[in-house]
Amino acid sequence: MKKSYTCIVCPNGCEIVADFTEKVIVSLTGAGCKRGGEYVRQEITCPMRNITSSVGVLDGKLPLVSVKLSKPIPKEKIFAVMQEVRAIKIQAPVKLGQVILEKVLGLDSDVVATKNVEKI
Amino acid sequence: MENIYDVLIIGAGVVGSAVAREFSRYELHIAVLEKELDVCMETSGRNTGVLHGGFTYKLGSLKAQCCVEGNREFDRVAQELDVPFKRTGKVVVGFDEKDMQSLLKYKRNGEANGVQGLEIIDKARLQEMAPSAGGEFAMYSPASGMLNPFVYTVALAENAAQNGVHFYFDHEVTGIRRHEGLYSIQTNQGRFCTRWVVNCAGLNSVQVSEMLGIGGYTLGGFKGEYFVLDKKAGKELNMLIYPAPGPNGGFATHATPTVDGNVLIGPDSRLVDDFEDYRATPESLKQLVLDGKKMFKYMKREYFIRNFSGIRPKLINKDTKEILDFVVEARKEAPNSINLVGIESPGLTSALPLARRAVALMREQEKLLPNRSFNPRRRGILCFAEQSEEKKKALIKENPDYGEIVCRCETVTRAEIVQAIRNPLGVRSLIGIKNRTRAMMGRCQGGYCETRLVEIMEEELQESEKEIVYGRKGGKMFTGKVRA
Amino acid sequence: MTAVIKKDAVIIGGGSAGLAAAAALKKHGIEDIVILEREKQLGGILRQCIHEGFGLSRFHEVLSGPEYAQRFIDIVRKFQIAYVTGTTVLDITPQKLVTAVSREGLLTYEAKAVILAMGCRERTRGAISIPGTRPAGIYNAGVAQSYINLHNTMIGKEAVILGSGDIGMIMARRLTLEGVKVKAVFEVQPYPSGLQRNIEQCLNDYDIPLYLSHTITDIKGRARLEGVTVSRVDAHMQPIAGTEKEYECDTLILSVGLIPENELSLSCGVALDPRTKGAVVDAYYQTNVKGIFAAGNVLQVHDLVDFVSLEAERMAGYAAEYIHKGCLPVCDIPLITDGNIGYTVPQRVRSDEAFKLSLRVKQPCHDCEIVLKQAQRVLQSVKLKKAIPAEMIQIDVPAGNMESTDALEVLLQ
Repeated sequence: MKKSYTCIVCPNGCEIVADFTEKVIVSLTGAGCKRGGEYVRQEITCPMRNITSSVGVLDGKLPLVSVKLSKPIPKEKIFAVMQEVRAIKIQAPVKLGQVILEKVLGLDSDVVATKNVEKI
Repeated sequence: MENIYDVLIIGAGVVGSAVAREFSRYELHIAVLEKELDVCMETSGRNTGVLHGGFTYKLGSLKAQCCVEGNREFDRVAQELDVPFKRTGKVVVGFDEKDMQSLLKYKRNGEANGVQGLEIIDKARLQEMAPSAGGEFAMYSPASGMLNPFVYTVALAENAAQNGVHFYFDHEVTGIRRHEGLYSIQTNQGRFCTRWVVNCAGLNSVQVSEMLGIGGYTLGGFKGEYFVLDKKAGKELNMLIYPAPGPNGGFATHATPTVDGNVLIGPDSRLVDDFEDYRATPESLKQLVLDGKKMFKYMKREYFIRNFSGIRPKLINKDTKEILDFVVEARKEAPNSINLVGIESPGLTSALPLARRAVALMREQEKLLPNRSFNPRRRGILCFAEQSEEKKKALIKENPDYGEIVCRCETVTRAEIVQAIRNPLGVRSLIGIKNRTRAMMGRCQGGYCETRLVEIMEEELQESEKEIVYGRKGGKMFTGKVRA
Repeated sequence: MTAVIKKDAVIIGGGSAGLAAAAALKKHGIEDIVILEREKQLGGILRQCIHEGFGLSRFHEVLSGPEYAQRFIDIVRKFQIAYVTGTTVLDITPQKLVTAVSREGLLTYEAKAVILAMGCRERTRGAISIPGTRPAGIYNAGVAQSYINLHNTMIGKEAVILGSGDIGMIMARRLTLEGVKVKAVFEVQPYPSGLQRNIEQCLNDYDIPLYLSHTITDIKGRARLEGVTVSRVDAHMQPIAGTEKEYECDTLILSVGLIPENELSLSCGVALDPRTKGAVVDAYYQTNVKGIFAAGNVLQVHDLVDFVSLEAERMAGYAAEYIHKGCLPVCDIPLITDGNIGYTVPQRVRSDEAFKLSLRVKQPCHDCEIVLKQAQRVLQSVKLKKAIPAEMIQIDVPAGNMESTDALEVLLQ
């Protein structure tokens, strides 16, 4: 079957049309680069997303530290992961790049700080 | 036993606040009950902010008397209360013979009322005085001016509070009973006892009259909508420019420079049944743009920063629909009460004269002893942006909060915000800070400063984010923390 | 008089444009620089943009806003470029005297070059005159973002979003992840104003509907927002009677456009382009006031921060040349556009200087061509598979093609 995708890898947002049967791609058109093809392949088999959020900081100059996941996670796990992220409290200081929670929900992805937060 | 007051004033608009201040000149135990969280939340804070000359009101009417009296004394009042005020003057412009007749009629009427300095000016003078005005000729009223209705009302109320008046906000009167020579006033937050009651309830003055046992009054809610234009537009307008009134009197939509330098376009006038209906309506928004362009050629969409509306509670004859004069009365059926009904424009100009008339009515029945410690002076919030460079430096040295600009558009410093919060009345909402300091009133409408104001409020009031209110009671800003 | 501090370059704003400009000036040999930042920290709006999608063009990797900002902050620190935070500029004169205020007092700088890098602000409800009441619960998208991502305050439970700008869509996702029910996004134009990828990953991923050609025609609620009325609009963007639909919500997010923040530019006599609301600049990003330069969102609203940094870096090269030589060549060729192109930056160029042309189309179009013409002669043309108003188009224009000082026409065909 034919389906059209908007690639989210980069701001170009290519419209990619994929023709596939049983999750096997027969043809791909519209991708501006090879990452587009990879994105669509992933969307057909198991859509993955990265999410960003905030974690509460104890004794920090800021109340929150922004975080991301080190690797994308399956789309359907987003809300379960959010619940984990919401529960974390981290002691200041926090350094950008610091792993705040390893292997969230047992997935192959860590919660990582994207900002420095100094201690009060 | 409840606290017994000598005088309880219902309503903290400009009239209630002026009445409170004038009563505080005497040895009396006084309180003001206000249903909203701050002063001037209804008609007093929702108008053009004009200090009227008094040439349109009927000879001998209370409107004419109070307006002329209030206008004449305002230089002194502004100085006492430290409020911004500009006697800009006003031109009422005309185009044809019909307009000229109308202007001559108002000039004669104004002179009879005691308005000083009215003159008919020709096109050349008009162009020279008000370059942005259209029109072939005009009537010039040098006594007319502009004030800031929020700051003026706050000043009256603060001065009253400094002289001992208690203010109870979020206290809505739900019933009044008279018992053994005292009034018992029920509110949403308990009962108050008082010897005298003064009804300054504005839009709700008929309901309060009826609670006092005085019937027969009808108010018409004349709603007017406005556009607020950027200060960039304000540079093009130096005085009040009104079109000549038509045969039915009343001014059509006009352009007004505010005392702070913005321009107001409006108000239009529509009758509404719901006295809380402050909605901006698509019909008025559209019409104001069309009418505004006629009066003010610099009106551009990119200058729009906000719109608002107000409702003028005009006392009307139920049968003839005729608009009636202000009422200030002490009626036999409600002893020891002073009833003010139908106070609309020129209520801002007339507030203190009306208050003095209220005091006089009480004096007819009771000897009043002067309050020896009464101080008519009140200091406002010093506006950092208007100071000289030397003064600015000195202020920052004395208090570094003056060096922290919180509102970029209006150049309001942290020191001014803190003063607004610590004022004698207290502040319970973001709008309360806005009305006192102009923070959030500029072109970005709080985009830069709103989050900072919230932070300062939390710090100063020791409140959690859940308690922060935007303007009206129940208007909570936040549902809680993102991360507990 | 306050003691005047002399500087080669005074940079107004420590966000993405200001930081990139500072670092690039330093690389071009300008030592005596100061960045003036009104916030307590450097980084500008990026501090609250905690989502990813930054850095692909500038750093060739995907970064979040705070990470992207930190890259530049680290460079500024490494180069030991002077900056002051908590400092608001009050005034700039055409003589390039910059007056600023902080808790320490008043400061006056005399600059050889002033770099305008103040960014932009959001268009507000008042500016677009939405009918209805004025209760609590109506937030500009950026303000909501600041409350949630910086101030740790949650703004509501059920939200409707007006405007399909990128920040609005990003906030739709952010709110959804925090448990807020986002009911819909409404866009008055017949096409989205944000990027396609954000429609995909911020709205479609979470089943948030996007309604084009719709707007809010009434706002309800006295103290706190209770709901909005939404109407379909016709081709002239006027609401169609009878199409009203009610949405209950306690929160309305507005994402209805950004306006370059040029109040200071006006104070020193910088001429603005009514189309961009940013300064009119030449090929060197110099404004009509000699020695005053502009780049980033204060010049034109960008859709990608990478392009802000790259623009600021190009500008810094020219500003450095100005500081070294005291002047730059005159740009005597004006750029003009047809009705299909919203604007161009720069607005003036010269024939012997290559430049980066930025522009936006007014309407979405497919298989089109941007043509540069002078005196009926085609100098250059660029074929595009699609062009949409949401995406800025940038074209490198080489030096030496123009033969006269006739206007350079930029046309869409």
